[in-house]
Amino acid sequence: MSTATLELKNVSKLYRVSKKEVHALNPISFDLLGDPARIITVAGESGSGKTTLASIMLGLLGPTTGQVLYEGKDVSTLSGSQYRDFRKNVQAVFQDPFAVFNPFYQVDHLLEVPIRKFNPGLSKVARRKAMEEALEAVGLQPSEILGRYPHQLSGGQRQRINVARAIVIKPKILVADEPVSMVDASLRANILEALVSLRENYKVNILYITHDLTTAYHVSDSIIVLYRGSVMEAGDITKVVESPQHPYTQLLINSIPWPDLERKWDNQQYANPDIQEISGSGCKFYSRCPNRQSGCQVTPQLVPLFPRHLASCLLHQPQANLDSNLTQNL
Amino acid sequence: MEHLLDITGLTVSYYTDIGRAIALNQVDLKLKQGEKLGLVGESGSGKSTMGLAMMRMIKPPGKVEGGSVVIGGVDMLQLSDKEMLKRRLSTISYIPQGAMNSLNPVLKIKRQMIDAYKAHYPNHKLDQILQLAHETMISVELPEHVLEMHPHELSGGMKQRVCIAIGILLRPQIIIADEPTSALDVVTQRQVIETLNRVQQKIGSALILIGHDMGLMAQSMDKVAVMYAGEIVEINDVQTVFTSPKHPYTQALISSLPRLQNRGEFRGIPGMAPSLYRLPSGCRFHPRCNQQQPHCQTTSPRKSIFEDEKYVTCHLYEAS
Repeated sequence: MSTATLELKNVSKLYRVSKKEVHALNPISFDLLGDPARIITVAGESGSGKTTLASIMLGLLGPTTGQVLYEGKDVSTLSGSQYRDFRKNVQAVFQDPFAVFNPFYQVDHLLEVPIRKFNPGLSKVARRKAMEEALEAVGLQPSEILGRYPHQLSGGQRQRINVARAIVIKPKILVADEPVSMVDASLRANILEALVSLRENYKVNILYITHDLTTAYHVSDSIIVLYRGSVMEAGDITKVVESPQHPYTQLLINSIPWPDLERKWDNQQYANPDIQEISGSGCKFYSRCPNRQSGCQVTPQLVPLFPRHLASCLLHQPQANLDSNLTQNL
Repeated sequence: MEHLLDITGLTVSYYTDIGRAIALNQVDLKLKQGEKLGLVGESGSGKSTMGLAMMRMIKPPGKVEGGSVVIGGVDMLQLSDKEMLKRRLSTISYIPQGAMNSLNPVLKIKRQMIDAYKAHYPNHKLDQILQLAHETMISVELPEHVLEMHPHELSGGMKQRVCIAIGILLRPQIIIADEPTSALDVVTQRQVIETLNRVQQKIGSALILIGHDMGLMAQSMDKVAVMYAGEIVEINDVQTVFTSPKHPYTQALISSLPRLQNRGEFRGIPGMAPSLYRLPSGCRFHPRCNQQQPHCQTTSPRKSIFEDEKYVTCHLYEAS
């Protein structure tokens, strides 16, 4: 096995807000391997630490503890040219397809800047060709897009252009932070399809960050479920979504408004997240958990339950013969 | 049974520098007391315009150009501004999109509820109003001490519930909720929608839920109205919409939904919604329609009306 493209080693993040400490992310370790390309979902509700994790992976935020390694080297100590290489190969797509465009420039500008920056030697014709290729990869007609201004395009088109911008320089890793949450439901399919084709055709590893397990289930290969900065459950996407083991994952899945008359919301009541206290130690989900026990005051470990299926909950006995390493289970 | 809400021929245009955009074109909608209707469509299809027109809150450059919105026998569009002011919140109330930003950040929740109430009944006693405010807080499942808090102290889901509480304070006959959960995550979304359903049931009002998430409609609505480019193309009960949708657009919408059974399949709707300034001739959906016929390009389809005020606007169903 070659070195992982991106390695997270015991990465955690602590925010201090006027004397209060918030553990946005508890220590987590996993690798994004270069090959085979995969789509990994990081799921959780607001405040679960998913965007913090993304920012750390993108190098936008330094971890409080631990290290992020890019091809074996710590991201915080990369030299100038190494850092450029990291920047080129780890790209991002953000949530808001409206905010990233400068309304005074044609969309070509957004696509051209990264090429100029990372491939300065390219001729005008070659740049144009790269832009057209990237647009086609996300299912857009270059002739309908190039030369237009952002206000002439729909949200779905803009978001696909953002994906095209990220891949125009052929990165190895794409971090997509809620790429479809602000796009109409009927247009989401096109963006998700673009992500899947990137993995297939360009071998891009994608970290798909979302609170929507429906789309996660459709695009990704594996999943990490976060709650208040800790991993609740992780593993193969079909296993986790089809038979969730952790009560929190069960809550998430039971809350999905399935567009299916046969699958209505159940009647299980959960404590309201709005009025709970943030507890110190122990299982983070304790105050809302319908199955809580006295033993839950101790922080549970993330343990293997089945092949490629981990959970951190005392309800489940670990299978000692299975690998508990997060990377191996993704 | 008499209809509580009867909208006929409602037309709204926006006049801008590049011309007239017809945001709502001859829309008809009838609703009975206690009925729950989901209004779905892509951005720009006219869902929010419809809600605002019912409230008479269309602002220039928008203009209501025709039709009537009759609630309990009274046409809202014919009332004077002063009379309309009295109807808002007491007859018909609107919970806006991104309701969290519609609260006044410098006033306590209590103050904002009292103000809303006093605007309608200036002579009522304060303790009487507070009593009602407490009861309303309980019915939206918020602790009473929230009344003493400012909006910034509340989470997104709580603010949304405060907005629902203000919306139902005067027991309106019709509640319009415009994408009340679009900024919330799944768990909170479910709780807010369930709260909305419970209060709707409790006060027996009709509910119009505007949104583009078909899942929410399947979970909690009785009827679904599908909008496309300023028109309602189909109104049907939720069962029919999900199991045997009539209009080709509804069919495409339903088959584009991600479900558990069709993992990895993506069926987006090809093409994009037309600009309201340059609408296609004939049926507005024909450039994207997979069941297009020659006359779809030239003739606008008429409504084919089924029982119980359901209808579909498509040539395929027109009686020859």
